[in-house]
This record gives sequence, C-alpha cells and structure tokens, in this order.
Amino acid sequence: MSMRERFYELASEALRNDERTAVVLADIGTAKIPEHPRRFNVGIREQLMIGVAAGLALEGYRPVVHSYAPFLVERPYEQLKVDLGHQDVGAVLVSCGASYDASVEGRTHQAPEDVAILSALPGWTVQVPGHVVELERLLARALRRDDRIYIRLSEEENHAPVPAGGHGEGLVVLREGAGPLVVAVGPTLGETMAATADLDVTLAYLSTVRPFPHDDLRAALRGADVVLVEPYLAGTSAAEVSAALADRPHRLLALGVPNAEFRHYGEPHEHRAAHGLDAAGIRASLEAWTPAG
Amino acid sequence: MAATATLGYDDLPALLKRLTGDEKHDWSSLSTLDVLWVLYDRVLREDDRFLLSKGHGPTAFYAVLAAKGILPLELLDGFSSFDSPLGHHPDRLLVPGAELGSGSLGHGLPIAVGRALAGRRVYVLVGDGELDEGSNWEAVQYAGRIGLETLTAVVIDNESSTYQWPGGIERRFALEGWHAVRVDGRDHDAVELALRDRRSGRPSCVVAEMLR
Repeated sequence: MSMRERFYELASEALRNDERTAVVLADIGTAKIPEHPRRFNVGIREQLMIGVAAGLALEGYRPVVHSYAPFLVERPYEQLKVDLGHQDVGAVLVSCGASYDASVEGRTHQAPEDVAILSALPGWTVQVPGHVVELERLLARALRRDDRIYIRLSEEENHAPVPAGGHGEGLVVLREGAGPLVVAVGPTLGETMAATADLDVTLAYLSTVRPFPHDDLRAALRGADVVLVEPYLAGTSAAEVSAALADRPHRLLALGVPNAEFRHYGEPHEHRAAHGLDAAGIRASLEAWTPAG
Repeated sequence: MAATATLGYDDLPALLKRLTGDEKHDWSSLSTLDVLWVLYDRVLREDDRFLLSKGHGPTAFYAVLAAKGILPLELLDGFSSFDSPLGHHPDRLLVPGAELGSGSLGHGLPIAVGRALAGRRVYVLVGDGELDEGSNWEAVQYAGRIGLETLTAVVIDNESSTYQWPGGIERRFALEGWHAVRVDGRDHDAVELALRDRRSGRPSCVVAEMLR
C-alpha cells in the first residue's frame, strides 16, 4: 500500500476515533476519505481550504489538510503565512504528488520547491517519510500536537522503514565510515544506499528536515565533507548545513531536483534519472566531487 | 466577547483623538465606526465571534474596544509606536479582544467560514474594496452552497473598489444563496435590524452603505 493510500485510511480512522480531528479537502482525496461531519470538502478552492482549517484550529480542532503539493503549499502560500502562521494556530498539511510523482501531468502538478518555500515561514515542522511505517509514526505524532506540520508523501518509497533515532526524529546514522557524511532524505535512501554500497562513507537518514538537526549533523560528521541527497529542490537544506557547521571548515555537495522548468512527461523513474537522483546519478556526482585519493 | 459598557457612542470621538500617529486610513477607519458600535453595543453575545477582516484603518475598532472596556484606554495613546500593541493593522496576539490578525485583505471571510463550521455564530466585517480579492468569493460560494446560517458578513460599502460593483454587492451574495440586504450604515437601528434578520439555512450579508 502506498503512503498516500495509507494516509487516507489513517485520516478516516482519526475522524472516527478522535473528536479533535477535522479533515479539510479541496476535491482531492474525497473518494478515499468517507463523508463525516468533520470532513469538509470545499471544492476546488485551495485558499479557502487553508482559511477553513485556520478557523477550525482557532476553535480548538486539529485540522488535517490534504491536496497535491502545488495546490497545498504554493497556491495558498499567503494563507499559510497569514491564516495559520500569523494567527498562531496549527494544522497538519499532508501532500501527495511529491516532486516528479505526477510526471505525466507536467510542471503545473509538480512542486519540488515546496519544502524550500515552506521553510521560509517560521514555525513549521517539515517531514518527508520514506516508508509507510514512518508515515504512520509521524502522522500519529502530528495529530497529538498543536503546531504546524507538513508531511510530504511520495510515491517513491524505501524498501524498509528507518526506526526513529534515540532522541526522536533526528538524524539516524545507518553506518559509519571514514569518508563523507552522506545524508539521505526520505525516499532517496534506497538509491543512496545502492550508490554508496561499496564506498567508505558515513550514511545517515533524515525524515524530519525542519527543524534541521544541527547538533546531530555535527555529531555525525567525522571529516569535512557533507553530501545532501534531497528528493526536492537541490540545496533546500544547504543553508541549514552551513549554519550547523558555521565554525567548522566543510564542503557540501547538495543533490536534488534542479531549479529549472523541466518540460518532460514519462515515468517518475525517468525524471529521477534525469535529475541525477538514481543510484547511478548519485554515484557519478560523488565521484566527480570527491577528490582523488 | 461582550463586555460591560463603560463609555457610550458619544465618547468615541474623544477616544479616536487619542489614537494619534501617522494613520493613513482615516476614511477607512471612520467608515466602520457605526457598524462596529452596533455590533459591540447591541448584537454580539458572549460566545459569538467577530472578525475584522478589513484591518485597514483600525482606529475605530480600537476605540470601540476601548469604549466597551475590552481594551485598556491607556493603550490608545501609544498607537503605532514601537512598543504599542496597536498598529495600523490589528494583531490578534497583541490586541485584547481582537479575534483575527488582519491587514492583508481577503483572509477574514474564509477563516470565518471555518469558525462557523466549528459551530460558532460568526460575524465578519469586510470592505467593498476588499471584495476585489478572489479569496473572498471562494468563501462566499462555499458558504452559500452549504447554507452556513451561523455566518454573517458585514460589507462596508464606501465605494472604495476601483471598478465598483455594478448592480450591487448584495445581488452577488444573493446569487450565491445568501440572505443579503443593503442598509444605511449610519442608521444604527437599521443596521441592528438587518444583523438580526437572518434566514434559516442561509448565511447572511448586510451591506452597510457608508458613502462620503
């Protein structure tokens, strides 16, 4: 079962079992989340979707808001700033259609810049699960809280979940090596593992990218080289790495989706390869960057 | 919401004079004064919500809150200064009694829909110029279609919309299923009557005409 399908089950369960939960939709997901007195479908009105969520939050509910990433984050961006942030209320935003998931739909249905622009607003927790089990853990936690949380669902998924670290949702070191610290975010882990299988690197996993775990990064870094593999806009977390290592000389290779109008359709794996985010592409970037010897 | 009245309508000019500073929205402020007074003096009940969506020119709002004992009078004197909670657009976290942080137009009505869906009786004040913002119409359409009868929108019509509303604002709300009327915004009894004259299964819109 995909993360998206599981989310629909979990949201439906929350409506049945938790009187604080409300679900706000804009036509996306309505066929999967059954009608309920606290399920509000506002039609194709995404600005209203966020405003309604804010109103419900102001009255004590925990709104869960869902749509494709471009329509959840980009179109109602000022509503996220004003209706939620400025009013100082929370919501759980759950997107589908990560980066190039909607490859055949074209650019209008793709928002690889979602994490970058949401990170420009204060107070958001941004989570990028790489497996359906991680989604279950993150969503359950989000529903118990009151703050602003963005959970980014992808059709790409790792072969196995990564358990939460010893101190919550921070950086999880999977194996240690003498070479660069390679940080794989969410669903990039599988390709990153394949790309680095025979390399002497420290491999770490991250699913909660905001707030960025500065202390974890410092603790995991043995040398000076950091590689970020992010499934969204390349460099989205580069400033976070720079801030974490402000007093330490370091180098950073930031891999991700290029900042470009990418006018191709086809399959997601074709986009992944074109962006250099498959195992071969990640390996090639590492070899081109890592100094000889 | 409701508070014991400490001052009357005739005291408002003196309170407005205390709100000095480089206020840029004088007419905007005064255009809301009468409707705000009627709301706070006659209509709002303890559990009702009032959202000032048209946050431009909030001095009338601050004056009415102060007159009603919700906002400490001494706060009026520091209006728009660095340490004052009273700015040119209200911040709900800073202003006692403000239930919406507003300024950017077109946000109050959608949030009001959410609060009404949660079971509250909600009044939201918007301006005719503010209605240029498309986000309002997402809310107007949805509230009308689902018959959100606990929602009342008060539109201050001082003809500030650049291209106006030929045929009338109230007709547009009515087309979307609202019970909509136009009243003289300076006639307190008429405003009160319109705010109380609601219809089952329909949201309400009161267009308060406030021409110069």
